[in-house]
Amino acid sequence: MSQSPVLRRRETVVSYLFLLPALFFFVGFVVTPMAMGIVTSFTDAHMGGSKFVFLDNYIKLFQDPVFLKSMLNTVIIVVVAVPVVTVFSLWVGSAIYEMRASARSFFRCVFYLPVVTGSVAVVVVWRWMFHTYNGLFNHVLVGAGILDKGFPFLGDTRTALACVILILFTTSIGQPIVLYVAALGNVDSSMVEAASVDGATRMQIFWKIKWPSIMPTTLYVVVITTINSFQCFALIQLLTSGGPDYATSTVMYYLYDTAFKQYQYGYADAMGVILAIVIALFSALQFKVMNGGTTE
Amino acid sequence: MTNDRKRSYVIFSIVLLVVLAILFLFPLYWIVTGSVKAKADILIKAGESVRWLPFTDISPTGENYAKLMKSTTELFTLNAFGYKITGPEIPMAMRWLFNSVFISVMAMLLSCITASLAGYVLAKKRFYGRAFIFTLFVCAMALPKQVILIPLLSLASTIGIANSPWAVICPVVGWPFGVFLMKQFSETIPTEMLEAARIDGAGEARTFWSVVMPLIKPGFGALAIFTFINAWNEYPLQLVMLTEQEQKTIALGIAALQSSDSTDYGLIMAGAALAAVPIIIIFLIFQKYFTQGITMGAVKG
Repeated sequence: MSQSPVLRRRETVVSYLFLLPALFFFVGFVVTPMAMGIVTSFTDAHMGGSKFVFLDNYIKLFQDPVFLKSMLNTVIIVVVAVPVVTVFSLWVGSAIYEMRASARSFFRCVFYLPVVTGSVAVVVVWRWMFHTYNGLFNHVLVGAGILDKGFPFLGDTRTALACVILILFTTSIGQPIVLYVAALGNVDSSMVEAASVDGATRMQIFWKIKWPSIMPTTLYVVVITTINSFQCFALIQLLTSGGPDYATSTVMYYLYDTAFKQYQYGYADAMGVILAIVIALFSALQFKVMNGGTTE
Repeated sequence: MTNDRKRSYVIFSIVLLVVLAILFLFPLYWIVTGSVKAKADILIKAGESVRWLPFTDISPTGENYAKLMKSTTELFTLNAFGYKITGPEIPMAMRWLFNSVFISVMAMLLSCITASLAGYVLAKKRFYGRAFIFTLFVCAMALPKQVILIPLLSLASTIGIANSPWAVICPVVGWPFGVFLMKQFSETIPTEMLEAARIDGAGEARTFWSVVMPLIKPGFGALAIFTFINAWNEYPLQLVMLTEQEQKTIALGIAALQSSDSTDYGLIMAGAALAAVPIIIIFLIFQKYFTQGITMGAVKG
């Protein structure tokens, strides 16, 4: 259906009237701050004032051991959390998909609860459970004779990051599970039946029939989990404040600390720009790798 | 043989699911039971057994909640026409809860309005700049929203909304997910129905109100519950924007309780329960729409 230019012009005017409220909030509170952030990253903006320093912040960042440590922690979180979340949610999704509707919605709900309750409520209770003297885990471990005295899970550089990843895991798998259950519902059931009549095994059915059709969902799950893991912040701010000795500091946490504790806005904005670029690169790479995988 | 293997796989998967479910439910259980434990029951001494079960091990007490409600403030204060109007005196914790509800409800209403209008035209109208605007929305969604916290704060201070609920509401409404979701729902509107309305002489506004709105109703349900929960849990934004005690949300309030005395677990858990229980109830009531929202938003087109 082609439109005459007159009609199209009329449609354009009407469309922009409809778009106006959304664009007001989007341009005002998303696009403008993004642009401001990029501009500020080239200045040394701080409490006292601001002057243009071009790339100085970026050069300084790559010589800043705390930033590099935070970047490393962030990458560790992403590299561990993304595969674990994807595999677990796919497994849980397939396992509960075959259950009765009531059991399915019960489990789906349970795994979604930590997302609903929000990081603060989740973190305060985990922090208590991990506590060296008052925590449940240490009490049970000491009671069972595994430890002779409480272990500072959150205060030890070897375990703190693992605790962060565990909690991140419980707050991350809810959404992928919902997505996988929905995606499995869209798999052509006549093909699955035909294959099982022909004697295909469970594994064959999964890899040959179900996997290709849930591939777009997997891609989406991987991308959103990557973005969320890169932004891991609330958890850390509430659980460890980046400690001990920056063992749990992530780029987002260091950004917050730099901007709102040390008031180095320009420097922090440069971190934000780098984080955004890294996330964009990761997402693009995942798209490329996973799309390439399906065409082969 | 295969049947045996199949049965053992099913048993294995059920056991693993139940263990995982306990891992997920236990923190909630620990919040709720912790909130009604007396101070002496909360700190476990070496050698004693943990007080697990309500009523047998724990004698429930309201003292933590009483302490949480002790400090008070006004429900709201308005300065209008030189008069200062103040609301009734309520506990500070209830004020935090009220702030959370206000932010979430406002973000929800505004998102429903802006996203349904924008989603409809992006799905159904062909106009100049459509591809550009849509690409802009999609690109923004792929970017980490937390990196704009710093410029957002300076923007909010400049226009004078820092430390007010609007500093949280506006960026939440601006986030393009809702537009995207409503576009997905609007795609399902049959174009013939829109044309029929036009032939019958309905204007654009009337078409939207009486043809489009009824058809995208499920979308409103999904978007409303999604935005409500998102705004409720938008902790980083709340943390940066709301620093005054009276403006805090319930999430910020609990975080403040924790940082002022991190070992008063009963009080902290009472706060956590006050934050978690209302949102869980809302989630359970609107669960159906919620699942729909997550899945519709994911199908990128």
